[in-house]
Amino acid sequence: MKGSEIIVDSLKQEKVDKIFGYPGGAVIPIFDTLHSNRDIEVMLTRHEQGAVHAADGYARTTGKPGVCIVTSGPGATNTITGLATAKLDSIPVIVISGQVPTSYIGTDAFQETDFFGLSTSICKHNYLVKDIKNLPNIIKEAFHVATSGRPGPVTIDVPKDVSLAELPNYKYPKKVDMAGYQPVIEGNMKQIKKLAEAIKKSSKPVLYTGGGIVTSGAEKEIRKLVEKVNIPTTTTLMGLGTLPYDHPEFLGMPGMHGTVAANYALTECDLLIAIGTRFDDRVTGPPDTFAKNAKVAHVDIDPAEIGKIIETDIPVVGDAGDVLKKLINILEPKAKNGWNKKTQQWKSRYPLKYDQANSKEILPQYIIDTLNDLVDDAIMVTDVGQHQMWVAQFFHFKNSGQLLTSGGLGTMGYGLPAAMGAAASKPGKPVINVSGDGGFQMNIQELTTCALNNLPVKNILINNSYLGMVRQWQELFWDKRYAKTSLRKPGQNPEDNTPTNYCPDMVKLAEASGVKGLRANKPEDVEEVLKTGLEYDGPVVMEFFVRETENVYPMVPSGKPINEIILGDEQ
Amino acid sequence: MKEKHTIIIKVTNHPGVLAKISGLLAQRGYNIESAIAAPTENPDVYKISVVVEEDDRGIQQITKQLNKVVDTIKVTDISHKNNYVVREYLIIKVKVNNENRSDVFELMQVFSAKALDVDSDYIMMELAGTQRKISRIIKLLKPYGIEEYVRSGEFAMSE
Repeated sequence: MKGSEIIVDSLKQEKVDKIFGYPGGAVIPIFDTLHSNRDIEVMLTRHEQGAVHAADGYARTTGKPGVCIVTSGPGATNTITGLATAKLDSIPVIVISGQVPTSYIGTDAFQETDFFGLSTSICKHNYLVKDIKNLPNIIKEAFHVATSGRPGPVTIDVPKDVSLAELPNYKYPKKVDMAGYQPVIEGNMKQIKKLAEAIKKSSKPVLYTGGGIVTSGAEKEIRKLVEKVNIPTTTTLMGLGTLPYDHPEFLGMPGMHGTVAANYALTECDLLIAIGTRFDDRVTGPPDTFAKNAKVAHVDIDPAEIGKIIETDIPVVGDAGDVLKKLINILEPKAKNGWNKKTQQWKSRYPLKYDQANSKEILPQYIIDTLNDLVDDAIMVTDVGQHQMWVAQFFHFKNSGQLLTSGGLGTMGYGLPAAMGAAASKPGKPVINVSGDGGFQMNIQELTTCALNNLPVKNILINNSYLGMVRQWQELFWDKRYAKTSLRKPGQNPEDNTPTNYCPDMVKLAEASGVKGLRANKPEDVEEVLKTGLEYDGPVVMEFFVRETENVYPMVPSGKPINEIILGDEQ
Repeated sequence: MKEKHTIIIKVTNHPGVLAKISGLLAQRGYNIESAIAAPTENPDVYKISVVVEEDDRGIQQITKQLNKVVDTIKVTDISHKNNYVVREYLIIKVKVNNENRSDVFELMQVFSAKALDVDSDYIMMELAGTQRKISRIIKLLKPYGIEEYVRSGEFAMSE
C-alpha cells in the first residue's frame, strides 16, 4: 500500500470522518487519495490557521480528536498558533503536515521548514516520518498520545517521498507499545482518604474546578460532590458549564474578571480543592497572595501541574472522574454552615451588573443577557478580549463543554474558525460565535468557508471600534494613552455611530462573502437582530455598535491579590 | 537553596529526542551546566545525564517536566543517592618548562592522571574521577598555565 493510502486508511481506522485542510505541493499525494475516498469529508478552509482552529473546535465539540492536513513550509507554520492554542487548553488536535522529500531535508529546499523542531515545544508530542515502515505505528501512537491522559496536540510531518512509497504487508496496529508513556488514571486511595478527611475537618472549603472536568466528563460527579458536602464552587473560564450558572453553590468565575464572591471565597477559605485546573495567573494573581490561609488539595491527571504554581498539601494524581467517584463514596454528607451563608451574602451583595436603561448606546452585556432569553441550549464560542469576559460573566452556562474559548493562549482570531469546526460536527444545536471587531478580522476569510459549506455559524460581532481589552488597560493603567488600539477611520468623530465611520463595513463584507449581514446600533434593535439572525437558516454576521468605552468589571489589576477588586463606576 | 543535581534521563532512541530534552529545560528557564547523551546496551534506549543547579522545588519541577516528555522512560535524580557511581572525564593541556615539569608529573602521579602527549612546552593528560577530583586538579594546575581543557560532564551508573 502507498504511504498516502496508509494515512487515509489509518484515519478511517481511527474513525475520523471529517478533516480540515489546505493542499499544497508536499501533500498532493494525500489529498489525491482523500479525493477518491467516501468515508472522510475534507473541508477546505481559506487559511491553514482556519483549518487548525476548526479542528480544535471540532475536537472540543465532539470529544474526538480534530484532524488537520496542511502542506510543508508556510502551510505548516500557519498552524503554529493553533497548535499552541490547543496545547495550552489540552485539546486533542492532530496536524498531518507535508514535508519536502527526505533526500531534500536540511537543504533549505522550496517550502521546507523544520516543522518537527518548530512544533516541539507547543505540542504534546511530534513525529517526523523518515521511513514508511514506521508510518502505521506513528499514526497509531499519535492518536493515542493526543487523546489519552492529559490530551494535547500532536504533529506528524510526512515527507513527500514517504507518502509515495510502497509498504508491503501493511496492517494498522491494534495496540501501541510506548515504554515511557503511561498516564496515571486511577487516583491513589490513600490520598483520596486524606482529602475526604480534610473536607470533614474544614469549616470554610472552596471547590475550584477547571477544564479538566470537561475533558474527563466528570460534571455529574462534581455536582454530586457539591451537593453532598455543600461546598461553594468556583469554575474557571475553561470549566464554565460544568456546574450550571444557577446552582445555589456556584460562585461564578474566579480571577482577574471573576466575581467578587469567588475571589473573596478563594481568599478566605481554609481548604481549597482544585480539580482539573492549573492555577493560571489570571486566576491566582501573585501566587504568594493566593488562598493564603488554606490547605491546598490538587487533583490533576498531569503530575507536573501539581506544585508548579502553588505548594500543595494533598496531591492526587489521576483522572478527575475516577478520583471524584472514589471521593464521593467515602465522604460523609455535610450540612450548610455559616460559610455557605457568607458566600451567599457576597453573591447577593456584589452581583454582576450593567445599566442598559440609562444608556442610549448598546451595552455589550445587554446583548449577551438578551441572548439568554433567546437560546435554550447552544454551543458558545468566543474570540479573545472584552467580549470573551462578558460572555463568561453574563451567559447562562448550563452544560459541560458548552463554551469553546482560547483560555490559555488567548488567541485572537480563534472564534470564527473554531465555531466553524463546531458547526461542521453537526452538534444538533446552534453554534454562536461572539467576537470583537479586532479578533473577528484576524480570520475573517473563513466567512467564505462557512458560506460555501453552509455552516450555520451565528456570529455576534460586538463592535466597539477598539481593541477593547487593551484600550481598557490603557484607560486604567496607562494614562489614557490609546496607543494603536483604535480600529476606526482616522479623524472621525468618535461619537458618531454611523456605519461609514467603521472600516470595514462588516455587513457588506459578510454579504460579499456569501453570509447574511445584520446590524443594530440602538438598544431597541438588539433583540430583533438577534432573533432574525438566530432564526435564519445559514451563517450570519450580526453586528452591534456598542459603547466604545464600556469596560469589563469587576477587575483585579495585574499583579494585585485577587481580593483587591475594582468594581467600576456603576457599582 | 540552590544545589547541583545530576539527573539521569532514560529515553526512547527517537530522532530529535536530545533536542526535545534540552529544549524543554531551556524553555522552562533552567540552566544546564552539562549534558551528555549516549547510547546504552539497549539500542532502543538512550541515556542523557544533565547537571543543573536548582532549589528543591525547581528540581521537582524539572523531573516532573522531564517525565512528561512522551519519549522519556525514566528520570532519576541521583544527587542524594549513594548507590550510584558518578564519574567525570577530563582532558587537559598544561604549559610546562624545564623547571616545573617534574612538579606537574608529581601532581599527576598523586591524582593518577595519565599523560597523553608530552612536548617541550606542554603536557596533555587525561583523568577520570569524581567531579570534586576533576575540579581539584584543574585548580592545582592553574598556576602553571592551562592552555585548554575539556570536561565530559557527569555520568553515572547504579551499583
